[in-house]
Amino acid sequence: MTDVSTTKRSLDPAVNAMLDLAKEKQIDTVWDRYDAMLPQCGFGDTGLCCRHCLQGPCRIDPLGNGPKTGICGATADVMVARGLDRAIAAGTAAHSGHARHLAHTLLKMAEGKANDYRITDEAKLKSVAIRMGIAVDGRAAMDVAADLARAALADFHEKDTPVMWAATVVTKKRVALLSRLGLVPKGIDHEVSEIMHRTLYGVDADPVNLLLAGLRCGVADLAGCYMGTDLADILFGTPKPVQSAANLGTLKKDWVNIALHGHNPVLSDLLVTTAMKRQDLAKTKGAQGFNLVGICCTGNEVMSRHGIPACTHSVSQETAILTGAVDMMVVDYQCIMPSIATVAQCTGTPVLTTMDICKISGTDHMAFTEEQALAHAEEILKRAADRFEKRKGKSVTIPAVKTPVMAGFSTEAIVGALLKVDARDPLKPVVDNIKAGNIRGICLYAGCNNVKVQQDKNFVAMAKKMLKENVLILATGCGAGALMRHGFMDPAKVDELCGDGLKAVLTAIGQANGLNGPLPPVLHMGSCVDNSRAVALAVAVADYLGVDTDALPVVASAAEAVSEKAVSIGAYAVAAGLPTHVGVMLPVLGGPLVASVLTDKVKDLTGGYFIVDLDPESAADKLIAAIDQRRKGLGL
Amino acid sequence: MNQVKEIFIIQDRCMGCHTCELSCAVVHSRSGNLYEAMAEHPRPVPRIYVEALSSGKPVPLVCRHCADAPCMHACIAGAIRKTPEQTIVTDPDKCIGCWTCVMVCPYGMVGRHPEEQKAYRCDRCPAIGEPACVSSCPTRALVYRSVDDYSKNRRQTAARELSSGEGG
Repeated sequence: MTDVSTTKRSLDPAVNAMLDLAKEKQIDTVWDRYDAMLPQCGFGDTGLCCRHCLQGPCRIDPLGNGPKTGICGATADVMVARGLDRAIAAGTAAHSGHARHLAHTLLKMAEGKANDYRITDEAKLKSVAIRMGIAVDGRAAMDVAADLARAALADFHEKDTPVMWAATVVTKKRVALLSRLGLVPKGIDHEVSEIMHRTLYGVDADPVNLLLAGLRCGVADLAGCYMGTDLADILFGTPKPVQSAANLGTLKKDWVNIALHGHNPVLSDLLVTTAMKRQDLAKTKGAQGFNLVGICCTGNEVMSRHGIPACTHSVSQETAILTGAVDMMVVDYQCIMPSIATVAQCTGTPVLTTMDICKISGTDHMAFTEEQALAHAEEILKRAADRFEKRKGKSVTIPAVKTPVMAGFSTEAIVGALLKVDARDPLKPVVDNIKAGNIRGICLYAGCNNVKVQQDKNFVAMAKKMLKENVLILATGCGAGALMRHGFMDPAKVDELCGDGLKAVLTAIGQANGLNGPLPPVLHMGSCVDNSRAVALAVAVADYLGVDTDALPVVASAAEAVSEKAVSIGAYAVAAGLPTHVGVMLPVLGGPLVASVLTDKVKDLTGGYFIVDLDPESAADKLIAAIDQRRKGLGL
Repeated sequence: MNQVKEIFIIQDRCMGCHTCELSCAVVHSRSGNLYEAMAEHPRPVPRIYVEALSSGKPVPLVCRHCADAPCMHACIAGAIRKTPEQTIVTDPDKCIGCWTCVMVCPYGMVGRHPEEQKAYRCDRCPAIGEPACVSSCPTRALVYRSVDDYSKNRRQTAARELSSGEGG
């Protein structure tokens, strides 16, 4: 029986089926906890509460009846700007923490301390090293890798050069612009730390100065993301188009199901390659083999590189456990709701935390190290197989919902596909089609699913509208997850979803690549750090046209954002000059000056700006209007 | 039997977050939502007040809608009446702004609207069933119950405390 209130929670039928089951079993999920939280605090909602000092907490009355400043005298604009800056700093710390983890792994590998890792994409190692000014000719790959890892680690602190992963990845014009505005980060950690300093009691009380610092930290976040993508590609391979599938129907009753949840490929990639080799561990326990599935961005990482299916994403992560079919959920860090421990206790599903910065009470922990990576991976596979033996024969509830997915569209893969169309001038076909209007513009969908929005509703409504208007859509993170679960990455859906111009382009590229059909309607670019790939593509197109990124008909949307990482990504999208939509309310509305800077005035500085619109239809219209305005600017 | 409900305050549960004030002002705004209410004129104002004692203890106070309301008797313009639902209301068309009601209210629950220059007070949100302050209170420090119901509950709590005291 389907409960009306349950179907309102998600657009995904598999998720709703699991929520019915949860209701029947009286297991609370994120949606129940959200209901219990309503109505949410208006001071927090508008960004007007501050706990930055011990004289607080302070709150400013958004309606103007109560206090108009904090105890220290901070105005509403100062308060919301400080709060926003700290969110950007947290997002930056997370993305760059992920990148730093990869840098340490690369260095340990190069120094012979982590022998279970190797250089999978030597060509990418060389190209990144050259970009970083590291000598490559005649040198052993391991030596180059060691230098590159050290250069990556050096980008975290202040040094003679700015953050190289920022300064070398945008257009030259953008570097000049950001330098003029004082927005080139000095060190990734430096920017995070400086935000903590300036938002301390009694430091920066100029809302515009605070926002500029937030933007600079956003540029540092771009560096962290870009570095994360580069180093992961070097270690684990640069994604190429790959067939896969999405949704809870990818779980298999008679297999050892391992859900990989979190963000970093350092462990998850190794688990995938080890599981492929050690199917015997599963078979001896009476299973057909190991069935690894992804959740959130760890899922995107292993889908892009190995075609590992995605089980579910973001706000519906608990539903994977509710199936009863998951034999182990292995998590690293970021976006892992602590509630999975509670839900897992109800179903008897083991949850294994693996990173020392991310332990969850009520779960098992294995302190994963790169030095012992393979041994740890095998141990995890064995434990999951043991658990399967106990589960074997018991009933599970796996919704028969599964969509085909074509993933793996790294920038290199896109350029590679274009090379088949024009071997000498690969970007020409894209640019020609943009000029001809077959591609009206490009939109990047990123970010999460937010419990405040019916799951996937904004992504699906906006993508539908924009595809019909011939906007080429790229997607990352759980935005990609939302779209893949609704068939947007199934090439068979091009006819149904895309406008004629876009259809012709996707078909021509597909045919040229021997796919016997088009590319999928939405191109999966990877995880949330892989928003860097979209930047790389935009920069390549801008360089080709001889313009800066703020002139391009390129827009971005975090239509159902949750994490502070989405805020920092939004900050760098705006710093790069993109009109950037956010489909949930940012906690800045209480500061009228801040709100107007973010949605309007910043345009005069970087060309980018935020569009906050909770209605997907009108948000899509605004993004299309922004695309058209930029086309006009280019004389198209 | 459908008894009249009152807003009761469980003092020791109040954390002083002022959410009741905010949601009260919003529910009485034209738009009814915070984002739009912030830009409205006249400015939406709350009808519930969280007072702070010198000890720092927060104490929410709201119109008691007295059965024998001093404000109603004192109103020289005859603007204050009791509804069939036992709610004390001021007719803004009749209110002359003399503030006699303010002088006689023992709780200080009558406000002077900054723009409209009329007296206003809690109306128990007749349109939405449960008053907004009650439904928004994150610690359930405000409850909306009949006197009988509230007293019964109170007696049960007291009885439990007494009996556990005996057992200990």
